[in-house]
Amino acid sequence: MTGLRLYAHQTRFDLLTFSRNRPALFFTVLLPVIFLVIFATVFGHDTVDVGGHKIEQTAYYVPSLMALAITSAALQSLVFAVVSQRERGILKRRRATPVPAAALIAGRSLTAVTVSFANFVVLALIGWVAYGVDLPGRTLPATLVAVAVGAASLCCVGYAFSTFVRTEESATPILQATILPLYFISGIFVPDDTVPGWLSSVADVFPIRHLGKALQQAYDPATTGAGFAWGHLGILAAWGAAGLVVAARRFKWTPQGR
Amino acid sequence: MTDELAIDVRDLRMGYGPVEAVRGVSFTVRAGEVFAVLGPNGAGKTTTIEHLEGFKERVGGEVRVLGEDPHSASRAWRGRIGVVLQQSSIEAELTVRELVELYAGYHAHPLPVAEALALSGLSDLGDRRGGRLSGGQQRRVDVALALIGDPDLVFLDEPTTGFDPAARRATWEMIEGLTGLGKTIVLTTHYLEEAERLADRIAVIAAGQIVASGTPATLGARDRGGSIISFTPPPGAAVPGAWTPDGAKLVATTPEPLRVLADLAAWGLAQGIELGDLEVRGRSLEDVYLDLVSEPA
Repeated sequence: MTGLRLYAHQTRFDLLTFSRNRPALFFTVLLPVIFLVIFATVFGHDTVDVGGHKIEQTAYYVPSLMALAITSAALQSLVFAVVSQRERGILKRRRATPVPAAALIAGRSLTAVTVSFANFVVLALIGWVAYGVDLPGRTLPATLVAVAVGAASLCCVGYAFSTFVRTEESATPILQATILPLYFISGIFVPDDTVPGWLSSVADVFPIRHLGKALQQAYDPATTGAGFAWGHLGILAAWGAAGLVVAARRFKWTPQGR
Repeated sequence: MTDELAIDVRDLRMGYGPVEAVRGVSFTVRAGEVFAVLGPNGAGKTTTIEHLEGFKERVGGEVRVLGEDPHSASRAWRGRIGVVLQQSSIEAELTVRELVELYAGYHAHPLPVAEALALSGLSDLGDRRGGRLSGGQQRRVDVALALIGDPDLVFLDEPTTGFDPAARRATWEMIEGLTGLGKTIVLTTHYLEEAERLADRIAVIAAGQIVASGTPATLGARDRGGSIISFTPPPGAAVPGAWTPDGAKLVATTPEPLRVLADLAAWGLAQGIELGDLEVRGRSLEDVYLDLVSEPA
């Protein structure tokens, strides 16, 4: 096979692999839903201060946890899959065949983007049905663009990230140590108005806060117009471009940890 | 076809200084031949093979594999080789058939999936997930994935290491089946029996150099290397001649077994001593191999 057919072929099998990996399914698809239910139950009728006006907690947490679910699908799952396949010699075996590198990279990235959109749909539906959180039709295009740009950029960051993880065993601790604190300071777990300004400035350097902001803006009932958060999307895209450059320079197909 | 060279390696050098893993290796493999690279762990077998597969860079020498330099080989060339790596897992979530289908998609002219499964003895395991296979079954999947592109040349890096005897025999029979298809096979092993049974020609590699090569029958002048005589002497007997103790036994390797035996027999008869476990045999491949890899290269 060549060209697009080969890309589709690889993506089909990568999606099949993901759909049968129970830990990945739990952490990527189910955990964000569990977080949403917990946060909605605990903080149900409180309001959050967003840029000078108040919105329902649930209208805040639905887009925030979408950002978490996309990060999980595009960054964490991808890094774990790539490191695991590299260290187990699976990537090496594939490199001994005529398959072009681009098809392998595209297959895993399209898998991450597909799962990101699935997560978006699941959280949007639960938010709407269970908590009455509306996604305004006016800002739907902006939301879809934010999911796509966020997922694609975090895939690139993920490929770069994977080059700094030498063994399969260290992938999870390194990912958790990096990303978990970012969830707390980026307005994902804890609303932005309770995070000190200097800490928000730290979070502003990293992509997660910008993905959260772009999605929160689309969900905010006070948003006027189409809701495109171009500034945040631009920073996400810049992270993606930087990730691509680092990955292209450092990526290895053969095991590094032994 | 059989005069064509599948592999031509001249003075291959890999690594520098104290980590110089391959120090001037030269050999050729003809199309359709089964060629075994035999040697102890760390001798440079895998390093050499991985260069021929296009994974590792060389420091010096000339290498042609199916007419191309593996370091700058084309995609089409990758379609003509099949690689069974020494260590590689298979995707645990996919079934054997799905895995072979995935790899079939990488090639321009793959074999039918059912045929690749049959060639590797996996016809009954097509629906089993990769994560539920035994070590021997996984190795057969490795072989199926190497064969699905219908390669001309197959590399097998230690195909049976860690196998129980039954799994090893099953794998040997499978590899013998491949030779019937006219494929060129290069295998590395540290099992003498494996090289002797499968290979048309053997190269013994030690400390990064080829110390001997030949057919299993002639390797290391095995056919001209003399005989090995051994026996257990009676306690306290002073046996004349040049004997080396080996446990309770005395052993000698000699190109003149009849003369040595005549002297030994004359001494025994004169002393009234019989040697009940006297043994005379030609040198086995193992004797040759142990001599070769223990000599300073």
